[in-house]
Amino acid sequence: MNYTFDFKAVIDSWDYLLQGAWLTVQLSIGAMVLGLIVAILCALGKTSGPKPVRWVINAYIEVVRNTPFLVQIFLIFFGLPTMGIRLSPDLAALIAMVINVGAYATEIIRAGIESIQKGQIEAGLALGLRPLQVFRYIVIKPALRTVYPALTSQFILLMLSSSVVSAISADELTSVANNIQSQTFRSFEIYIVVTGIYLALAMMFSALFAGIYKLAFAYDTDRR
Amino acid sequence: MIRAFGYNEFLFLVSAMQWTLALSAIAFVGGATVGLVIALARTSDIKAVRLAATGYIQLFQGTPLLMQLFLVFFGATVLGLDLNPWAAAALGLTLNASAFLGEIWRGCIQAVPRGQWEAASALGLRYPGLMRYVILPQAVKVAVPPTVGFLVQLIKSTSLAAIIGFTELTRAGQIVNNATFQPFLVFGIVAVLYFLMCWPLSLLSARLERRYALATR
Repeated sequence: MNYTFDFKAVIDSWDYLLQGAWLTVQLSIGAMVLGLIVAILCALGKTSGPKPVRWVINAYIEVVRNTPFLVQIFLIFFGLPTMGIRLSPDLAALIAMVINVGAYATEIIRAGIESIQKGQIEAGLALGLRPLQVFRYIVIKPALRTVYPALTSQFILLMLSSSVVSAISADELTSVANNIQSQTFRSFEIYIVVTGIYLALAMMFSALFAGIYKLAFAYDTDRR
Repeated sequence: MIRAFGYNEFLFLVSAMQWTLALSAIAFVGGATVGLVIALARTSDIKAVRLAATGYIQLFQGTPLLMQLFLVFFGATVLGLDLNPWAAAALGLTLNASAFLGEIWRGCIQAVPRGQWEAASALGLRYPGLMRYVILPQAVKVAVPPTVGFLVQLIKSTSLAAIIGFTELTRAGQIVNNATFQPFLVFGIVAVLYFLMCWPLSLLSARLERRYALATR
């Protein structure tokens, strides 16, 4: 092995890398929040909507889950402009991520909603709560507690898969790495550092989520 | 020069599916072989071995697959090897799949009741025989549905090989799109072809899971 490592190129563009990492975090959080809204609506439609609605939602979920994320990005970024909708790479990336995570999260949330026993809902209605109140106090909070672990690991998966949006040159971490790579040719050094940044982000968020779980959901629900 | 999307372009996409399938098959066989070792290490009695396997899994599950492919691709150059995109993709996906399968199968091995381990060792079986004749045959039953489910993820992951320049289905789509400039049609067909490969596996996995859930109830 007669390769000399040279991390100068990486160190010189440190702030550029941090900007990329910041956009990765922003994209992931933005996509997760919007994706959750999509998922809650779809999960409601799937559990209590009329048949055609259920059918459409099922089709959406199956299509997203059985095609690669990269192809979904290409369809949105290259396909939509031919129909007159022009998107910046960052916006196309965000939309693709929302659509993708929305489908996965729908199934998670649906499982959470179905974990609420019918008797609880009936009890709520019998106490005179309006359906929206029942949903808010009796369905969503315990359901959130059930789905929280799955959703947080979905978030980390989303953040890691966001590196794929570099294929359309959104300005996130992997794209930044690609840019530095094409200017300096220190490929291995750059990608190993960027991989380390992703790993650090993933571990940071895991720790953060574990902390939030302790604070928000550590109440006892096992009294039956 | 812009070509129209015709029968030849469609055939080109369909024939590119064989590379997606070949890459998936290699990554699955390689990933299963290494993954079994990882799963055994992860359930080992020796703490250092267990820790090493945990680290391996966390490393691959905590970093993007795309970065892993880049590192294999460019890392080979560092070591003075000249890996072509095909070999780099196969190696990268194998390593990635081994971590995921290792973690899935760990759960399956641990799902075998403790009494089975104790009974087997009480009968005088040592570790190899205990695993080979008692634990693994029972773990395999639990492992089939999630492993089939993982195959879907693996087939989808092979699309990332397009980014390091291996011509499988997604890359073929890019090539055809560059020539015809009909992205919606081209990537739509690419998506349909992936769907045709993945959906049957998804359905099979869900069905096996239901059957297993019924059998253990």
